[in-house]
Amino acid sequence: MIVNGVSIDDTFAEAFAMRGTRVIITAHTPAWARQAAVSMTGFATSVIGCGVEAGIERELDAAQTPDGRPGVAVLLFATSSSELAKQLERRVGQCVLTTPTSAVFSGIEAGRALPLGKTLRYFGDGYQISKVIGGRRYWRVPVMDGEFIAEDTAAMSDAIGGGNFIILAAATSPALAAAEAAIEAMRRVSGAIMPFPGGVARSGSKVGSKYKTLIASTNHAFCPTLRASVDSELGADVECVYEIVIDGLTEQAVRDSMQAGLRAVCAVGGAGGIRRLSAGNYGGKLGKFHFPLRTLLP
Amino acid sequence: MSGGLALRLRAAPTFRLDLSPLTPERLAGQSADAVARILLAYGRRSVPVGEWFDVRGSADRQILIEGDATRLDRIGADMQDGQIRVEGNAGAYLGIGMRGGRIDVSGSVDAYAASGLTGGLVRIGAHAGDYLGAALPGEHRGMRGGVVIVGGSVGDRACDHMRRGLILVEGACGDYCGSRMQGGTIAMLGACGARPGFSMRRGTLLFAGPAPSPGPTFNDAGALPLGFLVLLARSWKELPSRFASLSRLSTRVQRWVGDLAFGGQGELIHWPG
Repeated sequence: MIVNGVSIDDTFAEAFAMRGTRVIITAHTPAWARQAAVSMTGFATSVIGCGVEAGIERELDAAQTPDGRPGVAVLLFATSSSELAKQLERRVGQCVLTTPTSAVFSGIEAGRALPLGKTLRYFGDGYQISKVIGGRRYWRVPVMDGEFIAEDTAAMSDAIGGGNFIILAAATSPALAAAEAAIEAMRRVSGAIMPFPGGVARSGSKVGSKYKTLIASTNHAFCPTLRASVDSELGADVECVYEIVIDGLTEQAVRDSMQAGLRAVCAVGGAGGIRRLSAGNYGGKLGKFHFPLRTLLP
Repeated sequence: MSGGLALRLRAAPTFRLDLSPLTPERLAGQSADAVARILLAYGRRSVPVGEWFDVRGSADRQILIEGDATRLDRIGADMQDGQIRVEGNAGAYLGIGMRGGRIDVSGSVDAYAASGLTGGLVRIGAHAGDYLGAALPGEHRGMRGGVVIVGGSVGDRACDHMRRGLILVEGACGDYCGSRMQGGTIAMLGACGARPGFSMRRGTLLFAGPAPSPGPTFNDAGALPLGFLVLLARSWKELPSRFASLSRLSTRVQRWVGDLAFGGQGELIHWPG
């Protein structure tokens, strides 16, 4: 299958069940809300080393937030509910509570409760105040610029992690241009994030390593410098490869996000230096969710 | 109210009449004749509903009470679901122990309305007597949830021992409003009597009209913005009350904390227009 000069591999992305949540961070200005979200989602690229995969889903204007201030929706994904709860508490406590003027609310209506203000309230050292408003409990924690408002709990949802596709390009510039175009399109899809830096990973990995202590190592089949050394996936016309990984609250969100990204890459096309699109999988044996690339295009 | 069970009081009773057996969930599916045979406490006697009321319709989770119900006590007691509407005044203990559903009274009600309320909505068109949302004498737990809306004014000791929930008073409040309060919120558009929040431990008294006169055991915390007020005001938007259209340009309010003789974690907030 070829779309606009880009060869589409007959393969599929293999994704896994995860646990996810959405929190809404608000602040006095959009800049401070975004700053809290950026801090909270820092060092959250992969569950392998970060415990959680997180990213900014979208920015919200004042009319879309619970307290009428500008805000940001953040998604977090982990492999277990306990790890998600731990990471949520730690990241909100260290990154949102500390940000000037911030407040935090649950962004999902129903689901198993994850402690949010429920545990952070203890920072108030007994001066915190509970308020049940409209059936939802909020905590007012005194801080140096007033009160930190935190909803008592966030809600946890079943989620999907590890949707992906791989961009193979003739050179670095077209690969970056295509990846950036894909991310821009994918950020318009609700319910999904791309957790790697700028949404793009250059160090795609495979499971295992020659070193027994490592659970993952470089995806040698897609490394251009190893073209002559290993059973490479790359032809002579590919010099640069990037992977985009997607986590979503629903299978549909991951599918929509992948589709938006793939279409954006194909729009750059063969003339723009894009050679192939591929995806990572484990032969279909490990992940419950499969996303065949050719069903998502054109 | 279309459909439902209608109870028309033929004459004002001499003694207090206890209407607590007549809740929507207890009467569900019963015919008018069956309802007319239900016994009510009347002074020292028990009398069937039919002795005082003309009963028509059938119970389908809605009950309408018409006539001078000033001596009808415990309307909607322990109610869990459905709706009761009273055309006119109601007696004491309206909605006591109520857990869900809705009660609408077009007139005024007597003392201890919404005492021990844990859920649901009570709307009083005119005035409420003393001890609105309060604990009964000897008890330590007043209102613990739900919403009460009063179109007029309320008597003394509103919210006594209140723990959770919301009371919106569109008129004035009497003396000792929020006494011994342990949580929850009362907001008023009118004036407040003497010693608001006396011996309160926690909770919020919100004065959206005239400023209160806090007692000596309240400290003035000054003026400052409180973000939770936006959440509070937004939660009122769907309520059948003038508070739904309350408009405030700023969350900067005057705040007093107290009662300092009882922990001092309660607050009086003046949020004028």
